[in-house]
Amino acid sequence: MAKLRGTGIAAVNYPTGMNLGGDPSQALIHATTTGTFVISLSSTDLGQGLKTVIAQIGAEALGVPFEKVLIDTADTDTGPHCMGTFASRATHRVGNAVIMAAKEARKVMLEVAAEELEASPDDLDTDGQGNIYVKGSPERKIDITSVALAAHFKYGRSISGRGMYIKPKSPVDPETGKMDPDSTEAHACMVAEVEVDTETGEVTVLSLKSAYEVGRQVNPALVREQIIGGAFMGMAHALYETTAPYYPSPDHAPGNFSEYILPGPHELPRIESVVLEYPSVNGPYGVKGVGEMTANAPIPAIINAVSNAIGVRLTEFPITPEKVLRALERSPKMKQLTQASA
Amino acid sequence: MASRIVTFNLNGRDVEVMVKPLTTLQTVLREHLRLTATKSGCRQGGCGSCTVLVNGEPVLSCLLPVEDVAGQTVVTLEGITPVEGLHPIQQAFFDNYAIQCGYCSPGMIMVIKALLDRNPNPTRQEVMDAIAGNVCRCTGYESILRAAEDAARRLQTV
Ligand code: FES
Ligand code: FES
Repeated sequence: MAKLRGTGIAAVNYPTGMNLGGDPSQALIHATTTGTFVISLSSTDLGQGLKTVIAQIGAEALGVPFEKVLIDTADTDTGPHCMGTFASRATHRVGNAVIMAAKEARKVMLEVAAEELEASPDDLDTDGQGNIYVKGSPERKIDITSVALAAHFKYGRSISGRGMYIKPKSPVDPETGKMDPDSTEAHACMVAEVEVDTETGEVTVLSLKSAYEVGRQVNPALVREQIIGGAFMGMAHALYETTAPYYPSPDHAPGNFSEYILPGPHELPRIESVVLEYPSVNGPYGVKGVGEMTANAPIPAIINAVSNAIGVRLTEFPITPEKVLRALERSPKMKQLTQASA
Repeated sequence: MASRIVTFNLNGRDVEVMVKPLTTLQTVLREHLRLTATKSGCRQGGCGSCTVLVNGEPVLSCLLPVEDVAGQTVVTLEGITPVEGLHPIQQAFFDNYAIQCGYCSPGMIMVIKALLDRNPNPTRQEVMDAIAGNVCRCTGYESILRAAEDAARRLQTV
């Protein structure tokens, strides 16, 4: 019995969103009477933090504090259209739509403030603290709650804006097949270190070290948690998860959740990552996207590491202990080991 | 079979429910009493999202007929959440980004509460052992382990 170690590498080139049919998202913003900016979306936050990053982007583009922004994703039947939360597209697509809507709403907000301050809208700016002031004389200012109240009850105006993002469909050149299939691409590289138990066939992932290039990070803490959660899920795909693990008949497949094999906290490897930011040209503030790709890189990296450890190329995942034991039967490394110990 | 009346102490108050035999504590909490912090991930003992404390011990409420808690003390996440603010374990989850979709969080928090009640200063290994029956599909567990350790520190300084 031996423990064999191996190292594997994988690189990812990840296109954000889909573009073959345009992949649009829309956003609506309106201020309530007291100056809370409601951003209505049909994009869903499934825990990755979409509401947080969209509120950050909205606050920045409107020029109001983060706390003054409320994200409303209550109902996809009644909200503005969104293709959905997938393909790491939401921050990029929805963020762009929100910036466009925020520009329109901000314009009205400054026009109303200009009436109140008896100034030209062009001479006004926001301080990000909830006030609008006259450039050059910051003591001439008005808070956004007062602006919203005035808009509603004095001027009969709606501080609101519409935003949409669509990447035009890229035609395919019939001769060459050439096209522009995506709007932006994020990149990653991962190195996995594993240990293989030659007696049981079990694989232990010792570490997953990665570098991610994701464009501008709106929220680095959320990016970090996506990378960790994705690394773990990728490991689960590489080594554990399948609905048909038992050879040879599907009758032996798990029939319910409790029989579906998942790794747990004891299997957590050492996860290290650095994030590089090369802003995209068409994302909101240079965003690309991180999410789905974080679960992609670990799979080939781990499989390469196991292949490296045992000296046999593995081509099917998940790499269950059974597959490892069968592969070890044809492993030149194992032959050497048995000869050495004989 | 006829329904029965079962009485137990829930989050500090005596409650009385009328149930068919073998109705689970999970069903009573979520459907009869509308206390939905206790989640319903698999209803077969495989995910831990339904964990509550019975006499201080973590128990899967989806596998427990409510008759078995007659006369006992049950605490759910609602029971440890203060009227204002958060319990220190909840706050530690929040501050350490240990909540993504949040479906596992109530069960995780109850298991960690039980652990810290009997072992205020657990090692990482002990935390891993405690949460091993609770599935999280979002975080990769690292932030949850961090949150548990942070919660232990907070509770010691309270
Ligand atoms: S719902 Fe009880 S363990 Fe999953
Ligand atoms: S946060 Fe989603 S399952 Fe744990």
